[in-house]
Amino acid sequence: MVNQMTAWLFNEWPWYVAGPVIGLFVPALLLVGNKAFGVSGNLRHLCAAILPAKVEFFRYDWRRVGLWNLVFLAGILIGGFLTFHTGAANDIAISAETRTTLARLGIHDFSGVAPHELFTWHALLTARGFVSVVVGGFLVGFGTAYAGGCTSGHAISGLANFELPSLIAVVGFFAGGLAATWFILPFVIGR
Amino acid sequence: MTRPLLTESEGCGAGTDDAPEVRPAYLAVYLLLGIAFGVVLTRSEVLSWFRIQEMFRFQSFRMYGIIGSAVATAAVSTAILKRSGLRSAAGEAISIPKKELGSGVRYAAGGTIFGLGWALTGACPGPLFALVGNGVSVMLAAVLSAIVGTWIYGLLRPRLPH
Repeated sequence: MVNQMTAWLFNEWPWYVAGPVIGLFVPALLLVGNKAFGVSGNLRHLCAAILPAKVEFFRYDWRRVGLWNLVFLAGILIGGFLTFHTGAANDIAISAETRTTLARLGIHDFSGVAPHELFTWHALLTARGFVSVVVGGFLVGFGTAYAGGCTSGHAISGLANFELPSLIAVVGFFAGGLAATWFILPFVIGR
Repeated sequence: MTRPLLTESEGCGAGTDDAPEVRPAYLAVYLLLGIAFGVVLTRSEVLSWFRIQEMFRFQSFRMYGIIGSAVATAAVSTAILKRSGLRSAAGEAISIPKKELGSGVRYAAGGTIFGLGWALTGACPGPLFALVGNGVSVMLAAVLSAIVGTWIYGLLRPRLPH
């Protein structure tokens, strides 16, 4: 009985559990302190805290505006750590087609949450690891700041509030993601 | 160069400069919510590069089901909240500021640039940090690079179309 009750905590959640739980973070943050759910604003707060320099975009009171969100962000890291150390080390059960496609492109290690061929410190010294981690990370930071939001701020908070800017941003997310997946990644991974 | 600081819609959750100071007790609540979100990102597997690939290759309904049901849940629950007239625990009236559309260029261009990065790293900002917690420590380099990306945006901002 206890095993059945706690099993969900240690295994992959079905989409119809994961999705609604993610969605509930929007009203939860509103109810606690009228805060807008969105993670990427933290990248701006970190810039404002570490090196605002003379850049107008970073000259604001980051503690008052963003400290709550930076604390939330630290929680995400801790939550990932706790989950990683309490659950079964399951591989990600992706579809057989995806496995076949990725194997054809040059990914053969399907253990863990991200392929070791791309996401290890050692792989960082290879072209494909560098593009995946450093170039990809740069585009995430630049793009979310430019768009004023990421998956949480636009795709979830924004769409749930029926905002046109967020719809445009989400269409952009998928346009960029599809382009990178279908036209860029084959060249990146293939090296 | 004299563009006003559009703090209202800058970065998800950026809030406004006149936001009230957050009391320490509430910070503990945000920490707990963040921990819960880190658990959710891990158990839902949305932080996985493999899942993102599966999504962009249309080879599974899973990610679409997650995002779709998350949006639906958020939409229904916030609509109820707005109508209820409830105040937040900290005492503020609940309000969700609308983002300014402007020309829309920033959303289309910025969104597409982020999308490219999302597929390459297999992670959006929340998952980047959850991955570090999950022992994929090289994602610290991705986090650093994302901070640099945001900084470069801040520098170029006056010259970019918005």
